[in-house]
Amino acid sequence: MARIDLDHVRHSYLRNPVKDADFALKEVHQSFEDGGAYALLGPSGCGKTSLLNIISGLLQPSRGRLLFDDQDVTALSPEQRNIAQVFQFPVIYDTMTVYDNLAFPLRNRGFSEPDVDRRVRETLEMIDLSDRADKKARGLTADQKQKISLGRGLVRSDVNAILFDEPLTVIDPHMKWVLRSQLKQLHKRFGYTMVYVTHDQTEALTFADTVVVMYEGEIVQIGTPSELFERPSHTFVGYFIGSPGMNVLPVEIDGSVARLGTQSIALPGAVKSSGAVKTELGVRPEYVRLGREGLPVTIRAVEDIGRHKIVRATLEGRELAAIVPEHGEIPAEPHVIFDPKGINIYADSWRQELVA
Amino acid sequence: MEKTWNNRAWFLVLPVLLLVAFSAIIPLMTVVNYSVQDTFGNNVFFWAGLDWFQELLHSPRFWQALARNLVFSGIILAIEVPLGILIALNMPKAGWGVPVCLVLMALPLLIPWNVVGMIWQVFGRVDIGLLGKTLSLLGVDYNYVQDPVDAWITIIVMDVWHWTSLVVLLCYAGLVSIPDAYYQAAKIDGASGWSVFRYIQLPKMHRVLLIAVLLRFMDSFMIYTEPFVITGGGPGNETTFLSIDLVKMAVGQFDLGPAAAMSLVYFLIVMLVSWVFYTVMTNYGQES
Repeated sequence: MARIDLDHVRHSYLRNPVKDADFALKEVHQSFEDGGAYALLGPSGCGKTSLLNIISGLLQPSRGRLLFDDQDVTALSPEQRNIAQVFQFPVIYDTMTVYDNLAFPLRNRGFSEPDVDRRVRETLEMIDLSDRADKKARGLTADQKQKISLGRGLVRSDVNAILFDEPLTVIDPHMKWVLRSQLKQLHKRFGYTMVYVTHDQTEALTFADTVVVMYEGEIVQIGTPSELFERPSHTFVGYFIGSPGMNVLPVEIDGSVARLGTQSIALPGAVKSSGAVKTELGVRPEYVRLGREGLPVTIRAVEDIGRHKIVRATLEGRELAAIVPEHGEIPAEPHVIFDPKGINIYADSWRQELVA
Repeated sequence: MEKTWNNRAWFLVLPVLLLVAFSAIIPLMTVVNYSVQDTFGNNVFFWAGLDWFQELLHSPRFWQALARNLVFSGIILAIEVPLGILIALNMPKAGWGVPVCLVLMALPLLIPWNVVGMIWQVFGRVDIGLLGKTLSLLGVDYNYVQDPVDAWITIIVMDVWHWTSLVVLLCYAGLVSIPDAYYQAAKIDGASGWSVFRYIQLPKMHRVLLIAVLLRFMDSFMIYTEPFVITGGGPGNETTFLSIDLVKMAVGQFDLGPAAAMSLVYFLIVMLVSWVFYTVMTNYGQES
């Protein structure tokens, strides 16, 4: 187990990167605490897999250093870094038995056979595959194969970190849930440092204590699931997390009042003038109250999704989603009020603190 | 609903049945027909029973040719398969080198058999051939017309030159289909280069290798044109393979009966050996 520090890491797939746009991974300066469970969340192409491969050593960063427990490992090979990585598609050695698959990384490192046997048996127990130890690995189901990929990391009890690259992509929905809870258990019992890459917000929010949201090669927010939900620090986080995502409306700020077209919205505090080109107001559908007072809206559609309804409305020509309880009333002349504690102001996409 | 039971569905397979009949079954049955009869020409045939088969199986000429075939195919497989794998492993996986290598590899495959024979026939000639002349200038006693060992070496080198690229192309296709994640996982597991080959690349090439071995066995076992052009089966009978002998018998001596019997035995041997290869290679590593 180790604490992982990314020291001003940047990466470009071009040979001579100059501009910011040349970098697939813009500057990342971030620590992963020893024993933490982290999720790297973001859309395809945001640089999350690049970041993961830089940690594991499959990719050499163009700039910056990587430290495990304050030791510079930037130049070390994946083998020397002693990490485990589980890939999107299960990687197993077809011709070997399950047992030999798990023994492989140990034998490669020259462990003695009794040692190998003890560790492999322990690991088989952990991943619940003891009864298949002598079966050929090729005949297993996708989730069992994925467990073997994981097991090949777990056998080395001293691994510095376990990295997951969208490991549940090819797993059935039911098994996804089972595997995810087994991973959480392993984390609780053994305290591995885990970094989990995914583009699925549910996976990220249920797996991790800390979620790192990435967008276009940079980290836009690091926080607990509730922080990401309540105070998205970038409009992207607002869109990406939550279902439906945050309403983002272009506004003009005048002290502690936001103007949207002909309407004014009172803010819980004043915004410091930042000289931003683009100012926006973000409010999650959960904080939009539908009633007879406030800003007039036109309702376009109501989606009943069981426990609540999603109301799709138009406010000053802008789309707006609101969540209404299952038996909530939808008035004939609908108006909305934004709950002040759900209002966020963004200057050039980044969240601004309001001064009361 | 009442179901109608009749055999009319057979009409649907009739076209393909006709095609197969004319292209395979009828010619084969003609051979079977010849193999149990004798003729002195004029389209007059006598019943000969299994005599031709008995004669064939007691003829040293047949067994010697068969032995030559087996040795030749054995040598060809032993050289072309490992060499093909080795070249495929060292071919570039990306960039401008890929098309260049693929075209270079495909070139020998595009040359007709008899032209390949002619090229090497001339290439190896001691009086005018680049290879033969050079070797004799260097003081090497090389003459494929007189020395059986030289004749064999020439035919083997020629076949390796002509057909290794087939193995290369098949193996390469198997190699490029291996996802990167396998190599990455192997790095993380600390696997050596040999382990990567043994546990990732070789198992993934298994299917294409099966095809490569089968094709190379069948083709080399049926080799005819090239040795016919280069050595004509000589010196003596040293490079007379089954196919050459067969043509001599059927066309040269017009012994239709014995030639037909030999064709059938030849055919059965190719089928049998191919079946053995196929069974062994598909079962390998399947048991769990």
